Amino acid sequence: MEKKDIIQSFKDSLFTGLIALALFGPIVGLRTASKGEGLFITPQWGVVFLLVGLCILGRFLINLNSARKTEITFFSKFSSKFSAITEDKAKHFAITAILFAVVFPFLPFTDRYFMDVAIMILTYIMLGWGLNIVVGLAGLLDLGYVAFYAVGAYSYALIATTFGWSFWICLPLAGVFAAFFGILLGFPVLRLRGDYLAIVTLGFGEIIRIILINWYEVTNGPDGITGIPRPSFFGLPFKRSPDEGETSFHLFFNLEYSTMHRIIFLYYLILVLALITNYFTLKIRKLPVGRAWEALREDEIACKSLGVNPTNTKLTAFAIGAMFGGFAGSFFATRQAFISPESFTFIESAIIVAIVVLGGMGSQTGVVLASIFLIGITEMFRDLEQYRMIAFGGAMVLIMVFKPKGILANRKPTILMHGDKK
Amino acid sequence: MEYFIQQLVNGITLGSIYGLIAIGYTMVYGIIGMINFAHGDIFMIGAFVALISFIIFGLTGVALPVILLLVLLIAMLFTACYGWTVEKLAYKPLRGSFRLAPLISALGMSIVLQNYVQVAQGARVKPMQPLISGGLEFFKNSEFIVTVSYLQIFIVILTIILMGIFTYLITKTDLGRAQRACEQDRTMTALLGINVDRTISITFIIGSSLASVAGMMFVLYYGVIDFYIGFLAGIKAFTAAVLGGIGSLPGAMLGGLLIGLIETFWAGYVSLEYKDVAAFSVLIVVLIFFPTGFLGKPDIEKV
Repeated sequence: MEKKDIIQSFKDSLFTGLIALALFGPIVGLRTASKGEGLFITPQWGVVFLLVGLCILGRFLINLNSARKTEITFFSKFSSKFSAITEDKAKHFAITAILFAVVFPFLPFTDRYFMDVAIMILTYIMLGWGLNIVVGLAGLLDLGYVAFYAVGAYSYALIATTFGWSFWICLPLAGVFAAFFGILLGFPVLRLRGDYLAIVTLGFGEIIRIILINWYEVTNGPDGITGIPRPSFFGLPFKRSPDEGETSFHLFFNLEYSTMHRIIFLYYLILVLALITNYFTLKIRKLPVGRAWEALREDEIACKSLGVNPTNTKLTAFAIGAMFGGFAGSFFATRQAFISPESFTFIESAIIVAIVVLGGMGSQTGVVLASIFLIGITEMFRDLEQYRMIAFGGAMVLIMVFKPKGILANRKPTILMHGDKK
Repeated sequence: MEYFIQQLVNGITLGSIYGLIAIGYTMVYGIIGMINFAHGDIFMIGAFVALISFIIFGLTGVALPVILLLVLLIAMLFTACYGWTVEKLAYKPLRGSFRLAPLISALGMSIVLQNYVQVAQGARVKPMQPLISGGLEFFKNSEFIVTVSYLQIFIVILTIILMGIFTYLITKTDLGRAQRACEQDRTMTALLGINVDRTISITFIIGSSLASVAGMMFVLYYGVIDFYIGFLAGIKAFTAAVLGGIGSLPGAMLGGLLIGLIETFWAGYVSLEYKDVAAFSVLIVVLIFFPTGFLGKPDIEKV
C-alpha cells in the first residue's frame, strides 16, 4: 500500500469520526434526566469518545484491508454453498431437522429454559410459514400479520373463557375467525399495488390493536384476558391434584408429577401445528390455486390475460395465511394463559416479515433458519436486556446488506415442464 | 361553530407537523421508490436533539427568538447527519436490489434507532416546560372562547416559510432540477452527468431536516416526548403521503393537513380513544376510490 493511500484512508477515518461525533454527541453525550421539576443534563463524554474512537478505528481498519470486499465474497460464497447444499439435500435436511425436533425434549442438556426458547422459535416458524403463503408465494407484502395472530388469540381466549369449550374445538374456530378477518380486510384493499397494500395492512394491524385496547366490555382493555384454560392431553389435564372425578395426565400414565409434562406437550403441539402448516403449503403449491399465486407474484398482467382472477386468488392467499396466523394465536393464548394487546404490537409483525424475507422469500427452510437465527440472537443478548433489540435490528440490516435475497435465496419453480429437469 | 373553529385551528397545527414529516417520505419514495421506515425515528431523534438544545439554551438566558432559531438550526444539522448516515449504511448498498430488501433494512434501522435512543436517553417520558405561552382569544362574547396560541401561530408560520423555501429549492434551483430528473429516470440522469448518489444523499438530508423541524414543533406543542413517538407519527405521516398521492410534494402537504384535521375532528366530535383508527380508516376508504391518492399521477403499467 502506498503512502498516499494511507493518508487518504486516514483522512477518511477522521471524517467518519467527525460524523460519529455529530451522531453520538447530543444523543449519547447529553443524557437528559428528570430531577425534581424539569429536566437536567448529565454529560457522558467518556462513552462518546469511546464510540467515536471505535468508529475511527473501525473505518481505518476497513480501509486498510479493504476488509469489506473479502468479507462479502466470503459471506456470499459461504451462503451460496450453504443454499446449494440445502437445495440438493433438501429432503435429508428436512428429515434430520424434524427428527431432531422430535427427540429434542429428551436430550440430556434440554432444560426448562431451552424448551421455552424452542417453543417460542417454533411459534415464530409457524407464523413465518403462515406469512410465507402471503408474502413468499403470493407476493403480497403484509405488514399487519400480527392482527390475525391477535384475532386468533383473542377469539380463542374469549370462546374458551366464556363457553368453556376445549382447546380442540376453539382452535379451528379461532382459525376461521382469523380467516374471516383476512377476507374482511382483503376484500377492499387487495386491488392496491404493493406498497399501498403494505401501508394499509400496517394500518389494519394498528386498528385491531387500538380496538383491543379500547373495547373494554369485550377485551378487558389493556389489562388483557386472564385465566385462559390450559390445553389438556385428550381430556387429561396437567394438574398436580385433579378435580373430583377427573384423572390427570401423570396419574393416568402412572408418572411422577412434573411441570415439564405440560411444557413438553405444548412443544409437540406447536411442532405438529407448524408441520401441518408446512405440509399444507407444500401441497397447495402444487394445486392450481398455489400455482396461480406464484404466477401472480411474477406477473400480474400475464395472469389477468390468461383468465386468472387476481383479486379472488389473492384473497384466498390472504385468508389462508390469516387462518394459520389465527391457529398460532390460539396456541399463544393457551400457552401464556394470559393475553393483552401489548403482545400484538407492530414490532411483532416486523419480526415475522423479517423472518420471511431474511430466510429468502418463499423458502420454507429459510424461515426455519431465520427464526432460529433472529430469536437466538435476541435470546443470546437476554442478559443485556436493553441491547438485544439493537442487536436484532442491526442483524436485520446486516443480513440485508450482505445477502439481500435472504439466507436461502432459491426461487426454484415449483413445477417444471417435462424433460426440463436441469 | 366556535368549537368547530377551535378544532380547525388545532387540526391545521397538527397537520403542519404531519405534513413536514410526510415530505421526507414522499421525496424518498419518489426518488428511490422505497418506504423509508426509519423516517419516523429520524423525526424522533430530531425531537430529542431539539429538547436537549432547549435545555442547554434555557440555562443561558438568551432571548427566546434567538433560542428558537439556534435550536432550529442545531436540530436540522444533527438530524441531517442521522438521515445521511442511515442512507449510507442501510440503503445505499441495497440500491438495485429487489423491492423488499431496502424495506426490511429500513425496518431494522428503525428498530436500531428506537432502541439506541432508549438506551442512551432512558425509557421514561421527557417533559419540558412550555416555552411559548399565551395566545389570542376570539369570540369572547360567546360561550366557547376560541384560543389561538402564539405557539400555534409560530408552528403554522414556520411551516409556511419552510414550504416556501423548499418549493423554491425544488422548482427553481439546479439541485431541485437534478432531484426531479432522478425521480423520472435515474439511469438517464446519470448519463447526463448528474451525480445520482449525491442527489439521493441530499434528498435524505433535506427530508431529515424537515422532519427535525417537525420534531422541534412536536416538543414545543406537546411538551413531552419519548423514544416511541416516531412510530405513530411516522406511520401517520406516511398515511398522509399516501393520501395526498405518494411522490407528489404538494400532495404530502395536503395529505398532512387532511390527516391532522381528520384526527382532531374525530377526537373532538366522535371519540378520543379511536382517533388513531380514524386516520387509517380514512386511508383505506380513500385508496379504494382514488388508488393513487388525491394528487398522485395515475400509474399506467406497460407490458
